[in-house]
Amino acid sequence: MNTEQITHLAKLSSLEVGSSEIETLKQALESILVLADQLQSIDTTGVEPLFHPIAMMMPLMQPLRLDVANEKNTREANMANAPATFEGLFLVPKVID
Amino acid sequence: MNLHQLPIDQLHDALIKKEFSSVELTNYYLNRINSLSHLNAFLDVQPERSLAQAAQADQLIASGNTSPMVGIPIAHKDVFVTQGWASTAASKMLQNYQSPFDATVVQKLGLTGAGMVCLGKTNMDEFAMGSSNENSAYGPSLNPWNTAYVPGGSSGGSAAAVAAGLTPAATGTDTGGSIRQPAAFCGITGIKPTYGRVSRYGMIAYASSLDQAGPMAKTAKECAWILSAMVGKDLRDSTSLEQGPEDFTRDLGKPWQPDNSQASQPLKGLRIGLPKEFFTPGIHPDIKVAIDVALKELTALGAVCVEVSLPKTELSIPVYYVLAPAEASSNLSRYDGVRYGYRSENYHDLAQMYTRSRTEGFGSEVKKRIMMGAYVLSHGYYDAYYLQAQKIRRIIAQDFQTAFTQCDVLMGPVAPDTAWKMGEKSKDPVAMYLEDIFTLSANLAGLPAMSVPCGFNQMKLPIGLQMIGNYFSEAKMLQVADHFQQVTKWHLEEPTHLAQGVKS
Repeated sequence: MNTEQITHLAKLSSLEVGSSEIETLKQALESILVLADQLQSIDTTGVEPLFHPIAMMMPLMQPLRLDVANEKNTREANMANAPATFEGLFLVPKVID
Repeated sequence: MNLHQLPIDQLHDALIKKEFSSVELTNYYLNRINSLSHLNAFLDVQPERSLAQAAQADQLIASGNTSPMVGIPIAHKDVFVTQGWASTAASKMLQNYQSPFDATVVQKLGLTGAGMVCLGKTNMDEFAMGSSNENSAYGPSLNPWNTAYVPGGSSGGSAAAVAAGLTPAATGTDTGGSIRQPAAFCGITGIKPTYGRVSRYGMIAYASSLDQAGPMAKTAKECAWILSAMVGKDLRDSTSLEQGPEDFTRDLGKPWQPDNSQASQPLKGLRIGLPKEFFTPGIHPDIKVAIDVALKELTALGAVCVEVSLPKTELSIPVYYVLAPAEASSNLSRYDGVRYGYRSENYHDLAQMYTRSRTEGFGSEVKKRIMMGAYVLSHGYYDAYYLQAQKIRRIIAQDFQTAFTQCDVLMGPVAPDTAWKMGEKSKDPVAMYLEDIFTLSANLAGLPAMSVPCGFNQMKLPIGLQMIGNYFSEAKMLQVADHFQQVTKWHLEEPTHLAQGVKS
């Protein structure tokens, strides 16, 4: 893994990686990739992926509920943790000049 | 005998007979939590709130409520959101986060459900990513048996709290062993039920297809009571199953074969599968000896052991460390410093606000897993890593089904080693990942699995016996574990230095 790849992954993850951290991170991710490369040792031709364990027990369903309003309006409680609000709205830095 | 040495059924009897009140009991535990705060097992304790809940529980008892856990205190892993206690997942990202609602697990066990009293929130690895508790943003919880050692993780605070008698029971979550491994390291009992049994609503997500909640306590019997109150379909979690409610205590004390009347051989007919890949030279000799002795106890009770094979055991490590980070990278994209959570103070536009907030708010292991997840999901690597891991996951799940044609329950060690020294493995992430070898595959397949105390190493650090059952076999596993605990005393041992010096 090269520095460019690390920087690209950081960008995909919305994370910043300082130049002093790149080497440590590179080593850590490479050692995990060495581990992950063991996966290539198995022939999986014809094997379906198991995306979810429930599929082993029963057909995986996406259950639907009736379209009725059942949540109480807790807007104030939900907004109480926001780092910044303005007149009941989440406040973020200006996006358009 | 001190109050914290009484099992839940005896606490229950005493509460119903009004020998003491839930307020007195809760106060006793709050004092212990305070006296033993150096263990760092708790991240948030709010004595007034706990005592107010206890007073309400006492009213329930006074009005005739005799349900098995009414008025009994419990601690919740900080991964469950709770009203009235901060819910941080041990991350700086969620420092002081106050949830507007209770997780389904918290509600079901609480006053409007089973009637239990919340003692506070327990320490854990940040976002449940870790096997030692050292990844907590608020410092690690310590192992009560020897404070120089880790309590295991990620539910390390819950395990330490139960082992130290700071609470009769605690909730935990298990994504790759996070209930079983700390239970083993701290000498307590813990069970991860079948995936989908317990609602994940309000459980801060790490890897959604692997995360499952369960109880941690001293004994299998207590776990059975608590698990019975935790399970059930929840409309707020589309992956919670229609199974349940179920009484997991129903087979406790009964023989494995209903028509067996030999009291000394209650497990006659039970076939214990021993996966040969779980008994490799890599296991510490003390653990090997303890597991062998435990299996002898079980065969003395009438069980027979058969050798089985789970050939992909070693591959469960790369499968897990591809899939869990992939799911984590998606789940943790919600933390952006806008609606809740940490926001950086140093930014000049919106994109930088996201990036700086995440960079400053997440710890290093979390960032590493997010980036690893982004890598295995990205174009050009998806097929080789993510898809390939999901295919091997199916082979792993099918291997279990093959094994279960030859046996009723699988047994082996929870981990190849006992608790390690604080800091010993934190430099090399892969060394720590390898310690998860025996616990990961149950999560990948969604199977129920538990840890039962079965001895100590030469340093007097606890050892856990792992049981893995087939889907929905929790009641039978708890039945076997309870029979084992009727003839062994490992679950009754406690760190002696903690028994003294605590005022009640």
